[in-house]
Amino acid sequence: MTSFSALVRRDIKLAVREGGAIGTALGFFLIVVSLMPLGLGPDLNLLARIAAGILWIALLLAALLSLGRIFETDYEDGALDILATGQLPLELVAAAKSLAHWLTTGIPLALLAPILGILLNLDLKSYPILIATMLVGTPAVSFLGAIGAALTLKARRGGLLLAVIVLPLYIPTLIFGISAVSATAGPGGVGAAFLVLTAISLAAIVLGPIAAAAALRIQFQ
Amino acid sequence: MQLVAEDLVVERGGRRVIDGLSFAVAAGEALVLAGANGSGKTTLLRALAGFIRPVRGAVRLEGGDEELTLAEQAHVVGHANAVKSSLTVVENTAFWGNYLGSGPPGSSAATGERLDAALRHFGLDDLADFPAAYLSAGQKRRLGLARLLIADRPLWLLDEPTVSLDTASSERLVAAVNAHTKSGGIAVIATHLPLALESARTLQLAHQRIAA
Repeated sequence: MTSFSALVRRDIKLAVREGGAIGTALGFFLIVVSLMPLGLGPDLNLLARIAAGILWIALLLAALLSLGRIFETDYEDGALDILATGQLPLELVAAAKSLAHWLTTGIPLALLAPILGILLNLDLKSYPILIATMLVGTPAVSFLGAIGAALTLKARRGGLLLAVIVLPLYIPTLIFGISAVSATAGPGGVGAAFLVLTAISLAAIVLGPIAAAAALRIQFQ
Repeated sequence: MQLVAEDLVVERGGRRVIDGLSFAVAAGEALVLAGANGSGKTTLLRALAGFIRPVRGAVRLEGGDEELTLAEQAHVVGHANAVKSSLTVVENTAFWGNYLGSGPPGSSAATGERLDAALRHFGLDDLADFPAAYLSAGQKRRLGLARLLIADRPLWLLDEPTVSLDTASSERLVAAVNAHTKSGGIAVIATHLPLALESARTLQLAHQRIAA
């Protein structure tokens, strides 16, 4: 496990020192959300009704910006080859890098979301559940995103391709993330949506690294 | 211990780059891969490391650790240095020490002493706290090579390790390889320069133009 934690710690250190990826993602999130009230007009009831949806979609798009970096920099400077020769299985390498991505992008985005909720007149009662769903839902964003990042590693300007591959995978997270916050489904509805969201994230944490590692093995060929 | 390649056939982009190559490298021996550009030196090294799956044939490390794959017992130095610009010299080396070093019991993870020795060998000790972004090409190369000394691995696969190194640094690299083979290690080195290696054989890779 020392290899795993060494890799996670290195990736966090790199993300914090380079700073650009986190800053860009947070800035993009802020801009997209603040454009919405300007485009939709000052109808507070309308904004409150669609706030959860806007926050989730903007979060996914913001996270998408930084996904490419999960493997790209290590591929470019040759570190990925060396990581593959470690005794840590490639699946756990992918898991460590996805985890580092979640810690440095998913969590900051999830914590910024309630602040942006103010811009959208989000119901105050929804704040705790919004933070909770985003913290629980964002691991799926990082771990599923790693699959797309690994598949598009060698593609020139793979950013758009990455979006096309990864965004469909986010549909379940989006649906249950929004329905947990919207809370129109009655008293049992919130809990059920929240649990399904958790299940999606747990499945993504297990399956994402396996698929990403398989994609990386193809890229080595 | 010996590294054995049997009837190895590797294709790249539909072209048969390595066709039925067999060789064995015994412990304490270095194998120098020579040949023109495009003769398959890098391909062979990547196939040995297990990155490229051969069409036919096999590579194995006889007498190595049964539970580890060949790649897990090898140091691979490719064209890129695997150096992170935003980490300092010592952080780069320490990371690889921690990552690669947690191996079999007995070979402790990178201790500070070992780290210092590796940096000193490649003349990087006075740059230890310097961000790698400001290193010259040759210094980055040396930092990449310092990885060899930070974790114990019986097999070294080096692809053009002397690129952008000055004469003195090349000699330090040769000294490291010689010390490695003397202690029973195996090294496979692709190079164009004559290196003063002890107990080295040369494998000439011919330019094979066989369409698949």
